[in-house]
Amino acid sequence: MRYEAPQSVDTAVALLAEAAGSAHVLAGGTDLLVRLRSGHIEPELVVDIKRIEGMRAIVEEDGGWRIGAGVPSAELGEHAGVRGAWPGVVEAAGLIGSTQIQGRATLAGNLCNASPAADSVPAMVAAGATARIAGPGGTRDVAVEDIPTGPGRTSLRPGEFVASIYLPAPAPRSGDAYLRFIPRTEMDIAVVGCGVALTLDEGGTCIAARVSLGAVAAKVLLVGKAAAALVGTAVDDTALAALSAACSEACSPIDDKRGTVAFRTHVAGVLAERAARIALSRAKG
Amino acid sequence: MALDKQAETAKRQFKVVGTRPNRPDGIDKVTGRARFGADAVAPGMLTGRVLRSPHAHARIVKIDASRAAALSGVKAVVTRADFPEPPAHVADVLDNCMAGAKALYDGHAVAAVAAVSPAVARRALKLIEVEYEVLAHVTDVDEAMQPGAPVLHEGRTDETVPEGFSGNVISRCEFGHGDIEAGLAKADRVVERSFRTAATHQGYIEPHACLAQMGPDGQADLWCCTQGHYMVRNTCAAILGMEVGQLRVTASEIGGGFGGKTTVFLEPVALMLSKKAGRPVKMVMSREEVLRASGPTASTSIDVRIGMTKDGRITAGDAVLRYQGGAYPGSPVGMGSMSAFAPYDLENVRTVGFDVVSNRPKQAAYRAPGAPMAAFAVESVIDELAKSLGLDPLDVRIRNAAVEGTKSSYGPTYPAIGAKATFEAAKAHPHWSAPLGENQGRGVACGFWFNFGGDTCVTLNVNLDGTVSVSEGNPDIGGSRASMSMMAAEELGIPYEQVRTIIADTGSLGQNEVTDGSRVTFAVGLATIEAARQAIRVMCARAAKIWGIDEDAVVWEDGAAKPAGPNAGQFPPMSLAEIAAVASNTGGPIAGHCEVNAEGAGVSFATHIVDTEVDPETGAVKILRYTVIQDAGKAVHPDYVEGQFQGGAVQGIGWALNEEYIYGEDGRLQNPGFLDYRVPVASDLPMIDTVILEIPNPGHPYGVRGVGETSIVPPLAAVANAVSAAAGVRLTDLPMSPPKVQAAIQAARG
Amino acid sequence: MSQIHVTTKINGDETEFLCEPEDTLLDVLRDRLGLTGAKEGCGTGDCGACSVTVDDRLVCSCLMLGAEAEGREIATIEGMADGEVLHPLQRKFIEHAALQCGICTPGILVAAKSLLENNPDPSEEEARYWLAGNLCRCTGYDKIIRAVMDAAAEMRGEIANDPDDSLRRAS
Repeated sequence: MRYEAPQSVDTAVALLAEAAGSAHVLAGGTDLLVRLRSGHIEPELVVDIKRIEGMRAIVEEDGGWRIGAGVPSAELGEHAGVRGAWPGVVEAAGLIGSTQIQGRATLAGNLCNASPAADSVPAMVAAGATARIAGPGGTRDVAVEDIPTGPGRTSLRPGEFVASIYLPAPAPRSGDAYLRFIPRTEMDIAVVGCGVALTLDEGGTCIAARVSLGAVAAKVLLVGKAAAALVGTAVDDTALAALSAACSEACSPIDDKRGTVAFRTHVAGVLAERAARIALSRAKG
Repeated sequence: MALDKQAETAKRQFKVVGTRPNRPDGIDKVTGRARFGADAVAPGMLTGRVLRSPHAHARIVKIDASRAAALSGVKAVVTRADFPEPPAHVADVLDNCMAGAKALYDGHAVAAVAAVSPAVARRALKLIEVEYEVLAHVTDVDEAMQPGAPVLHEGRTDETVPEGFSGNVISRCEFGHGDIEAGLAKADRVVERSFRTAATHQGYIEPHACLAQMGPDGQADLWCCTQGHYMVRNTCAAILGMEVGQLRVTASEIGGGFGGKTTVFLEPVALMLSKKAGRPVKMVMSREEVLRASGPTASTSIDVRIGMTKDGRITAGDAVLRYQGGAYPGSPVGMGSMSAFAPYDLENVRTVGFDVVSNRPKQAAYRAPGAPMAAFAVESVIDELAKSLGLDPLDVRIRNAAVEGTKSSYGPTYPAIGAKATFEAAKAHPHWSAPLGENQGRGVACGFWFNFGGDTCVTLNVNLDGTVSVSEGNPDIGGSRASMSMMAAEELGIPYEQVRTIIADTGSLGQNEVTDGSRVTFAVGLATIEAARQAIRVMCARAAKIWGIDEDAVVWEDGAAKPAGPNAGQFPPMSLAEIAAVASNTGGPIAGHCEVNAEGAGVSFATHIVDTEVDPETGAVKILRYTVIQDAGKAVHPDYVEGQFQGGAVQGIGWALNEEYIYGEDGRLQNPGFLDYRVPVASDLPMIDTVILEIPNPGHPYGVRGVGETSIVPPLAAVANAVSAAAGVRLTDLPMSPPKVQAAIQAARG
Repeated sequence: MSQIHVTTKINGDETEFLCEPEDTLLDVLRDRLGLTGAKEGCGTGDCGACSVTVDDRLVCSCLMLGAEAEGREIATIEGMADGEVLHPLQRKFIEHAALQCGICTPGILVAAKSLLENNPDPSEEEARYWLAGNLCRCTGYDKIIRAVMDAAAEMRGEIANDPDDSLRRAS
């Protein structure tokens, strides 16, 4: 295995594009090192992108926030600006593993690891986040939900890597939230995760919503029908019941060591309702 | 040997015992200096690694290690063919360390290498070609017992097993007295239920590790983390065909064991690799290896029937217990069967146990082995009976409590015991009467453990400056060096700080039993006290010599020899330091020692109270409040007694709620890591309140009972009773993970 | 095999080492630098026994490559005491019997120190959540949490908050 820590995006892209065998990007490394040490992967090349300028930065851009691919979730949690704009995303990032893991784990890495159970991804999807991809053909921006294509698989092309995540400026009277279910209080992989972002008009009617589910399908889902259940309502009990039903209906989970199909399907609806209540209260300020 | 059965123990005014001094290994352990199993190095050391079976059950047709052996940097390869035919008493142990004809579980060792680096060792393992003939497997205890189940070993079933079972049922045991059916006929209510518990792991944070050196002259040295280095020495010597005296084992600091380090896994393999390579070999398990291939607990299936009168008297208790203990005979079903009804005074009681093998790693002891599962089943049924009859569960237990003179359910008649005292203390505790909120429930349960004694050696040397060095042979797993120093100081009448206790290697003392059975504070303490008394007798004799009086005219008080009696004369007392300073002139160095098979370990009882809150929508369980009440006999160092109570309770909480071995259809372990083998984390828990009761054990000079194990016995049932109360439905299947709790609530509420 | 040369600062000391590209920081500390205070309990970031700080950020040293340490400042348990003077957390862990076997202790102390640097006055719940990534199998966490809270109080200049405690320690 070769370890490289390039100083520029172009060098990183060139290294990744020219690698003879398998090449992996190292950001926080909290997933990569586990797979490396267990022998599940035997990379020819590991490219540490954290020494590239900007990778460790959180920058305000058009009222939103651009978060470098090397920013650990602990730093995100300490950033008042991002926390104020997208508390649900920050909370989701703050749920990834332990305090120690949060000292290293990144949003970009959580996304590119392409686990359907990744905590920050449903929250980013609900927030309408985009990923900026650097590659041999230059850069392109892609909706976060379009990056993972299945467990461990992404739509990134050879030589490409995610350089930053962009969280747009939230509309007035907006709120977001992320909840997950785990057996313990910490340290588990989500059995179900749910992100909700919604916007109210001045009268308190929901005018826009995005609802996302994790760990209930092969990839994180953006559930349009669940969002539609909220839009045009005051997010009252009837709307929340419809949201809950739509979320359960959208699930196509598996039985595994972390949960059953029935449990995941049921809990998806429970969490969606609870997350929507938090998002609503945040939208109301 | 005759130790004083001190009836006055309870009244004795202790000066050191019962205080809370700092432990002697504290600074090493808070600064990172303490040397654990994996922290040792030796010049020229190689790395040893094990190749493990990916199959749950397979015949090993052929192993070709020639390509591995030829790899540059590989210094030795070992398979079963390298070991001599073992004596019968270690045959299963060797087969577990290195598979012979068959791989019997996922993770079973089939070969090992020693190489110049971990990377080379890893590459070498990939070059070993093993041809397997995959066989049908079974991992579930009830399925393993069925006729027609895949059989692991032919011809191991003994004469106690009736017809109608598979060859995986190794033996049957039965305990009890009275007439069950007649007892049940007198009951106003009978509850009969079936229970299941998943296999759990001790979950010690330190993986198994050792460093072995074996020379061509047959002498060997072994450093390892173990609960018993004498056991390691004896077992390895038998497996390798060595003379016991040629193998010296030194115990490292040990990073947790809880019973899981009472046998060998890597050590014989490391010695064989070192022998073949002619260099020291270090082996350290990964966490995955620990979970796949060390010694978890038995999984169980238990049926219980109990009858009760409407005023709460138990008329009969009956249980059938089935424990699968992994790939070799020896599940703890006997101890489960003996302990199931032990807290109660019953006219009619019977337990029947079946020891079953299956395609899982061979179980090892885990803190009160066998008892927590049995208590879970019995204490759940007692709780259900009490509630269905409108009785207070603690009143029912007080009503049926075993007391001094009770013939126990497993045979012996009890001396003074603390069962009833723990019930009464629980009833009086403010926790028992505190209010509960919505979706909250309270549970209570009792637990029993035998406690053991066994072979023990202690040497106590009085140094020239009046300090004292104690050598004992039991690895200190939770502060026992402090307790030994305290008991030596108490007996000698000197300050705790003047005594230092060390754990000697196997060449320095005679045979010592493993640190298990909650025996160390009891048995090593007893031997330490006796060694101190012997040193006192020597010191009194020296003083008598100096004073020119009769030895019988000297007494030992407050750390000094004093003349006593009508003809003793008037001499100022001679302190231990003063006697030590002139020892060379009065007969030579002063020491005391004790070699004993310690008898008289006192049984111990605990009662736990727990409050839980259940989220009815998700089945999530939160532990709100927890209280442990346990009889310690005499708490030598109360901090570490409390620590044992708290640690056992939390391990039991993990067992009750989330810990489990999950096997797939392919017979492979699905969760071999701390990510999905879910031990409790700090944020899962409240403070664990403790109440130490002291009902002296008549078999120990200070009244000490073992305290280490009993604390894991009640929590499974206590938590189950609390969750059942909160959820409004009886839960009988451990762990009570959220999907199970949610499904049970949904089924009950329709 | 081409080893990587790394220059770093460990516990305040300039340190250079050579490592394999796949060596973790934990491998380097334990096997190349003889700093065995950090322990490998799992190798997957689930137990916290290998906790260190890198540029004052708490991390698992098993989940970081040794090569990544270039130019960083690492702090381990070996640097926690000031000569023969223990850090208050170290002292309180001994006084409160907050360790039994002691294998998790170095990682928990490093993590607790990081907690108190970020939050000198944590609630019990904050302490429990901060330390949730540090498994202890012996103690049930009770005495660990008490020791952390007591050390925090002392470091803030407050008197021990448990009067029974100070009384019994004096005996």
